[in-house]
This record gives sequence, C-alpha cells and structure tokens, in this order.
Amino acid sequence: MIVRILNEGQWHLTDDAVRGLNSFDDAVEQAVTASDQEQLTKALHTLLDRIRTMGTRVPDDELEDSDLILPAADSTVEEVQQLLSESEEGLIPG
Amino acid sequence: MSGIFQRISMIFRAKTDKALDKLEDPRQTLDYSYQRQLELLQKVRRGVADVATSRKRVELQANQLNTQADKLTNQAQKALEVGREDLAREALTRRSGLQQQLSDLQVQHAQLQAEEEKLTRASQRLQAKVDAFRTKKETIKATYSAAEAQTRINEAFSGISEEMGDVGLAIQRAEDKTAQMQARAGAIDELLASGALDDPTGTAKDDITLELEQLASTSDVENELARMKAAVGAGPSAAPQAIEGQQGPAQGQPPTQAAPTQAAQPPSLDAQSPQEYQAPPSQSQQAPPAQPQGDLR
Repeated sequence: MIVRILNEGQWHLTDDAVRGLNSFDDAVEQAVTASDQEQLTKALHTLLDRIRTMGTRVPDDELEDSDLILPAADSTVEEVQQLLSESEEGLIPG
Repeated sequence: MSGIFQRISMIFRAKTDKALDKLEDPRQTLDYSYQRQLELLQKVRRGVADVATSRKRVELQANQLNTQADKLTNQAQKALEVGREDLAREALTRRSGLQQQLSDLQVQHAQLQAEEEKLTRASQRLQAKVDAFRTKKETIKATYSAAEAQTRINEAFSGISEEMGDVGLAIQRAEDKTAQMQARAGAIDELLASGALDDPTGTAKDDITLELEQLASTSDVENELARMKAAVGAGPSAAPQAIEGQQGPAQGQPPTQAAPTQAAQPPSLDAQSPQEYQAPPSQSQQAPPAQPQGDLR
C-alpha cells in the first residue's frame, strides 16, 4: 500500500503496518471534530513517525498514486477541516 | 481504514479524474499535459524564490532593529554618564519595545526558513516526477496503441497529478505565510518611516541623540570655560602675585571652584541651557590668547 504524507512524499507500507494505523485515524478525526489543535498535532506526529519508521520511501522518479493521503505533521485544524470540506464537495456528484 | 485519510485521498482522485476526462486523444494531449507540468514547476520555483526574498527581507529588518537596539543601549549609557536618568529610562523603554519586535521577527524568520526548505524539497521531488513523466510519455507514444495508451496514461497521469496537488498545497501554504510576513514587514517599514525607529540613512537625528549632543556640547563648553578660567587665573596672577602678594591665590581660586559647580548644573536644566551657557565662554574667549583652544581639541 502506498501512503502519501502531504509536503513530504510517498511511502510503501505493508498491509500489516496499515492495519495498525486505524486507531490513529480515529484520534485525528476526534481532534478535528473537537477543534483541538494540541491533540491533532500529537496524533499526527505519532502517526507520521510510525509511517516513516515502518515504511520505505517511494523513489522520486516513480509515478504512482497513493491509496491514502495524510495531512502534514504541522497541519492546523483549519487546514484539515478545509481538506475535508473539499472532499465533501468532491464526493457530491455533479 | 475508511476514515478521515481516505476522504482526503478522494479529493486528489476526484481532481485527477476531472483532469483525465478532458483528455480526448490521449497521445496528443500527453505533450500538452507535459507543458502544463513544466509551467507548474516554474511556478513552484518562483514560490521558492518568493519565500527566500521574504526571508532575506526579514533578516535585513532584524539587523536594522539590532543596530537600533545597540544604539539605544549606548544612548542610555551616555545619558547615565551625564546624570540624565530620565533620558536613559526613555532610551531603555524604546529598546524593550524593539526587542519585542525583534523576537517576533525571529520566530517568523524560523517559520519562513522551514517553509523554504519544504518547498525546495517539494520542487526537487516534482522535478523528478516530471522527468519520469516525460520518459513515460515517450514510451507510451512509441509503443502502445490508442486503447493501451489510455490505461498507461491514466497511471502516469494520476501519479503526477497527485504530486502536483501536494506541491500545489505546499505553495499555497507558503504564499499565505509570505503574505503575512509581508504585511508585517510593511508595518515595520512604516515604523522606520515614522521615525520611531532609526532612519537608516542617518540624516535625521532622534530626540534622544539631539538632547545628548546638546548636553555634550554644554559640558564641552563648561570644561573649556573652566580651563580658560584656570589659565587666566594662573597667567595674569603670576605677575600680580609678586606685587600684591595675597591677591594672586585669591584670584586663582574662584574660577576653579566655579567651574565644577557650573559644569554640574546643565544636566538638571532643560534643553535651552546650552544657549545660556554659551554666552560666558564667548566673552572670556576674547580675554586669553588663542593658545588654550589648541590644548582642548
């Protein structure tokens, strides 16, 4: 599975590694819903650190799209919310 | 994993699909797409240059603020030396205001630097991807039939458009941060222009400098006056001393006593004092020969 960290690039992750990430997704979602910047930064940092240590970098000259896209470690709550509102627009047909 | 990250991935995919829908003849549009990528790459490079320019400007302003803070410290020192605690306090108050500006600038400088590094890395990554796309595009054009080309193009295209989306976001962030910086830099320029900070050309003098200079010239005048009086007292007294005996020392002493009291007075007087104190020296200058002036300079 290929994961992109915004602002950093792409990483190859094994399926096992990906399975362990689910709980972090929830933590990020809670932080964004609660507009808790501190919590969000903490959750993102733990998550991204795991990906960097468990994954291998996709070389720069390889063209592949990602299965997952993650916000940058220093993203603000507003930035993630904006991304999500865009995804809502993107998902509405027409 | 169908949560937040999957939703973010959807935006990028939706955007890629939209762009792909526009591709009618895959092989012909490959070149056009490549041109667009090169344009974006240019834009990214300009973004890096913009951030670097803002960073340099912040550095320049920080240097100016530092110089000004040092100058105010010196002024406070000088003011204390001449016993003007009020002036020293004013100088130090201004300096603490500057220091606050300075530490704000330093924080933003660090942010800009981080932004610049990120953009530089993103630009290198994008360059590599664009190169990969060019290679792939040539292979696709040479080897595949139109139907096969479509799938190959889709793969190459979604890979690069995601990268462009990422870098596009990075540029937008950097632009936002740079805009904030520029607003701030403008505010500091205004401060400089209004004279609250030092005029970099050094032509206009601030009020503390002016007052200190007046004090300095006043005490110069007093010192000169004291020396001249001493010289006058010592010179003529040598002759009369022999004749009138006691009058010599009596004449010689008053000027040396008067000098310190007069020199100590000006600091407590207002800025007008220099004019008042200029009168005595110009009168007494006529009395002694020009010789003492040479000693004073």
